[in-house]
Amino acid sequence: MKLEGINLTKTFGSHHALSGAEFCTSDDARVIALLGPSGGGKSTLLRVLGCLLVPEIGSVSMDGEVLPHDEVGALAERRKNGFVFQGYNLFPHLTALENIALPLRSVHGMTAPDACARAQELLERLGLSSHANKRPSQLSGGQQQRAAIARALAPKPRLLLLDEPTSALDPVMTGEVLDVIRELAESGQNIVLATHEISFARQVADWVVFLAEGKVVESSAATDFFTQPKNPLAKRYLEGLSKYR
Amino acid sequence: MTWLNSRSPLALGIWSIVLIAGVSAALYATFAAVQYRWNWSGVWPYRYQFISGWLTTLGISLGAMLFSVIVGFLLMAGGRSSWTPVRLFATGMTAFLRGTPLLVQLLIGYYVIANALRINEPLLVGTLLLGFFEGAYLAEIFRGAVESIGASQRESARAVGFSVPQTYRYVIIPQAFRRALPGTTGQLVSLIKDSSLLSVIGIEELVQKVRILNAGNYTALEGYIPLAIAYLAVTLPLTWWARTLERRFAYET
Ligand SMILES: Nc1ncnc2c1ncn2[C@@H]1O[C@H](COP(=O)(O)OP(=O)(O)OP(=O)(O)O)[C@@H](O)[C@H]1O
Ligand SMILES: [Mg+2]
Repeated sequence: MKLEGINLTKTFGSHHALSGAEFCTSDDARVIALLGPSGGGKSTLLRVLGCLLVPEIGSVSMDGEVLPHDEVGALAERRKNGFVFQGYNLFPHLTALENIALPLRSVHGMTAPDACARAQELLERLGLSSHANKRPSQLSGGQQQRAAIARALAPKPRLLLLDEPTSALDPVMTGEVLDVIRELAESGQNIVLATHEISFARQVADWVVFLAEGKVVESSAATDFFTQPKNPLAKRYLEGLSKYR
Repeated sequence: MTWLNSRSPLALGIWSIVLIAGVSAALYATFAAVQYRWNWSGVWPYRYQFISGWLTTLGISLGAMLFSVIVGFLLMAGGRSSWTPVRLFATGMTAFLRGTPLLVQLLIGYYVIANALRINEPLLVGTLLLGFFEGAYLAEIFRGAVESIGASQRESARAVGFSVPQTYRYVIIPQAFRRALPGTTGQLVSLIKDSSLLSVIGIEELVQKVRILNAGNYTALEGYIPLAIAYLAVTLPLTWWARTLERRFAYET
């Protein structure tokens, strides 16, 4: 999958979260990591790529097709994607199973038995079949994130967008969620991952987009980025983070 | 003796009896101290009047409750509308209904507006006016509940592909419902008591019947004590029912 961002600008009030971000991945990028210092614009770019946010200026194209900016088009586009955020993803009033099955029924038009079967299939795949009927508050943080991943995967998304899916978890739960993401990456799922887990990004990503202050300062193949970053900021970021891990 | 401090039905029963006995004794002592002379035989002939007043109060309250929930919902939704005239109308209406006394609304609503529209149905008009008044309070309770649903839930709803109506239907309203329950119950209990004001437009609801009874007998408390009990007979089950609902919809957020 080829992702391209052209002059992307997104402001919140007077603050530029993205200011003219530009990048272009290779034609066959599968797992794209968004890296960079806090506040650099990773989450904002991820939401723009997934059509959760529409940029004021600029555009995104996916395999050569420009993503729509109108609400109806953006909704249709969002329905082809799966999202997992840092935390509080699941709907607290629904069981894990219903969290997955409800969007399948009401958004993707599946019948109730089909949606239920598909939800159960996903829960099983993520090792949660014995927790199907629990509410989010009855699940551990790691189980919640796995259920959120199950929900995002259930409609077979073209692109899975993950925004720091492990940053609210302790190391053990982080490990169990990263294992799941790695399996997905290896099975060929298209993924965009915003993260501070550098060593994990190094293992799974094949393309890296490095952001700072709302601009893309480096966009290159993962092997190149991690062995010889061209941008001095990226270089310092990598050195700083690898110091303690 | 820890069982006396437990939540077992037996402990609750024993404590209820002790408390009721205590309060009754205190009341009895108070009335004895002011040497109140009871005249129960004078009020007994009014029992059918009393019951008919109670049924009127019940009917008005039930009708106004249903109507007020609809009004509250519409005013809340209108107040959140992105369409300016609708938003202004709903917020202005809410402020007006909450900011003026029910008494004035009843008098103007019935003697002026309903009269101008040639509607001569005090029961119907009274019920609707009460519903409007309480609905404005409910609108604010509903608004608080809807606004308390965080941005992350709205984003999750957008992320799974819900449209705006679907987001309300599947995410915001079910969660807001539970958060609005306690406030709504309190408001509905107020509504039942506020229904007594409808006597100003000539409706003989319970309080009015008791006034008639007291005037006819030169009594005072013999009417008002059954009156209080008759209100409690409705408000207590309502409160209890709401608690059960709250427990049924309880979940950690
Ligand atoms: N909804 C919002 N309202 C106002 N400002 C926002 C909003 N979202 C992001 N910002 C601002 O935009 C900038 C970029 O934010 P963004 O969340 O994209 O950064 P990030 O790279 O994901 O950071 P982090 O690593 O801390 O998650 C930040 O300065 C942030 O304060
Ligand atoms: Mg972020």
